[in-house]
Amino acid sequence: MAVVKLQRPKLNFGEKIYFGALIKGFILTMTHAVKSLLGKSVGAETLASSGLGVTMQFPEQRWDDHLPEYYRGAPALVTDEQGRERCVSCQLCEFICPPKAIKITPSEIPSDDPWAKVEKRPLEFDIDMIRCIYCGMCEEVCPEQAIYLRKDYLITGLKRADMVHNKKRLYEIGGTRVGLVNKWNELK
Amino acid sequence: MDILQIAIILVKIVTLTFLVVLPLVPLSVYFERRFSAIIQDRVGPNRVGIPFSLLGFKKDFHLFGLVQPIADGLKLFLKEDFTPDHVRKAFYWMAPALTVVPALITVCVVPFGSPISIFGHTEKLVIADLDIGPLFVFSVASLSVYGITLAGWSSNSKFPFIGGVRSTAQMISYEIALGLSIVPVLMYYGDLNLGTIVKQQADHGWLLLPLWGHDATHTLSSKLLFWFPAAIAFLIFTISIFAETNRMPFDLPECETELVGGYHTEYSSMKFAMFFMGEYAAMVIGSALIITLFLGGWSIGFGLDAVVEKLHIGDFYFGGFIHMGCFMTKLLAFILFFILVRWTVPRFRYDQLMKLGWVVFFEAALINVFLAALIVAAPQLQTTIIGIGSVLLVILTAAVIWVAKVSEEQPKILRA
Repeated sequence: MAVVKLQRPKLNFGEKIYFGALIKGFILTMTHAVKSLLGKSVGAETLASSGLGVTMQFPEQRWDDHLPEYYRGAPALVTDEQGRERCVSCQLCEFICPPKAIKITPSEIPSDDPWAKVEKRPLEFDIDMIRCIYCGMCEEVCPEQAIYLRKDYLITGLKRADMVHNKKRLYEIGGTRVGLVNKWNELK
Repeated sequence: MDILQIAIILVKIVTLTFLVVLPLVPLSVYFERRFSAIIQDRVGPNRVGIPFSLLGFKKDFHLFGLVQPIADGLKLFLKEDFTPDHVRKAFYWMAPALTVVPALITVCVVPFGSPISIFGHTEKLVIADLDIGPLFVFSVASLSVYGITLAGWSSNSKFPFIGGVRSTAQMISYEIALGLSIVPVLMYYGDLNLGTIVKQQADHGWLLLPLWGHDATHTLSSKLLFWFPAAIAFLIFTISIFAETNRMPFDLPECETELVGGYHTEYSSMKFAMFFMGEYAAMVIGSALIITLFLGGWSIGFGLDAVVEKLHIGDFYFGGFIHMGCFMTKLLAFILFFILVRWTVPRFRYDQLMKLGWVVFFEAALINVFLAALIVAAPQLQTTIIGIGSVLLVILTAAVIWVAKVSEEQPKILRA
């Protein structure tokens, strides 16, 4: 490997005196300060700033309207347009989940049920939101498109137990999703 | 000395130190955080106010977050005061006090306003009207280096120790430049009493803005001529104060990137808060001193001071309070300048710091003393003597620059 020896650059008198750089620095910081006070900082428009700097001030202003399409929020279960749960409790999401946040208790669908051919549905479906890293692998791996990452990001609780989303809560967040249904489709 | 006089002095100590200067410390912390936030396009602490809604009212008053430093202080007060096992206890306990106390003692010679007068009794707005003002400030303020050094040593841990050693070297080096740089100023005024210095500036124009109050002994040309040594002195003095108070471009004793937390790494809770307070109090006092010596102290300027001093309701001459307001305004402006510098200028390397102190400022201050002496004495001297003096000065300057240049270590030229 070739050795590259670098010579320290020679400073001229103005650079050695250093005052020019100081003045330049003061002008730079003061420009930022003035612009920030006027709400005209670079990027204030696109970041929907509160009028001071580029920051959005949280409880009053929210990201909600500015979230991108691909935003990954809390994972949730969805039902289809007929109100049936899509999850067939195959447990793929449970196995793929890197932080092991998902816990599913499967149960059989009795043979006299009109949807007996589906065979399984989840009895319990818990996602521990303290463990969840919002990676979206569960959504990617789900063969039934039953679990989706929604745009909810304010997952808070006062106890650890509050942070575990059970099946009811997951359907509450998820809501209905219209679109492709694989196994549930009778024609298939 | 009767009871009344003692009472007046006590009142002055309590009001000026604890009600005027000490509140400036949290205020400057608040300004530091807000101003730095604004410089960096952020918002900064703007929420903590008076929580009326806790008491059942409808609205909170957030007061632009002004209560934030009090909340911070409360937090530090309630934290566990942890003393590590390996420290040298006595000095470890003494060090925080040694940084705060000197900074607060120096308050006593700062003139806050012109004398106020009530029922024919005149009272100066200064705690101790000493005739050695600046010298007293230097001697007491330099004691705070003991606090930092002892903190570094008694912590018995390597990073605080390095911080303490750095601080000792830095403060001793800049003490020299600090002392030498104001010699021209003191020569010009011919007085060491800060009150008198400010009074002269009020009558004949500030040292750096001498545009009013000309008379036979204070001609405009002589004042403008003295402006040059005054400006050099101001520059050296201000930068030395930055180094002396361990503020940003020279905050090597506590630079987080190199020394964890510097000399206060092992401190927690209120002891840490005292270092913090001491640092900001030193900054406030430093600004007060710069304003008093160079920027007219409490003087409003433009010949308005005489008018303000004569304002009265009956026997109560209250002009001093207006002057005090002016002083506080200048003080806040200068503190904002301190903060602007902190968030603009990156930290110096340690050898650069030492070189700046010993090679640049020491020599510059020394030459400045001779230059100022020549200018002050010029009206009494013959032209030939002035000529000889200026030639000698030029030779001295050239010699100093030559020595500085020769002694500078040349970087070794690398061969590719």
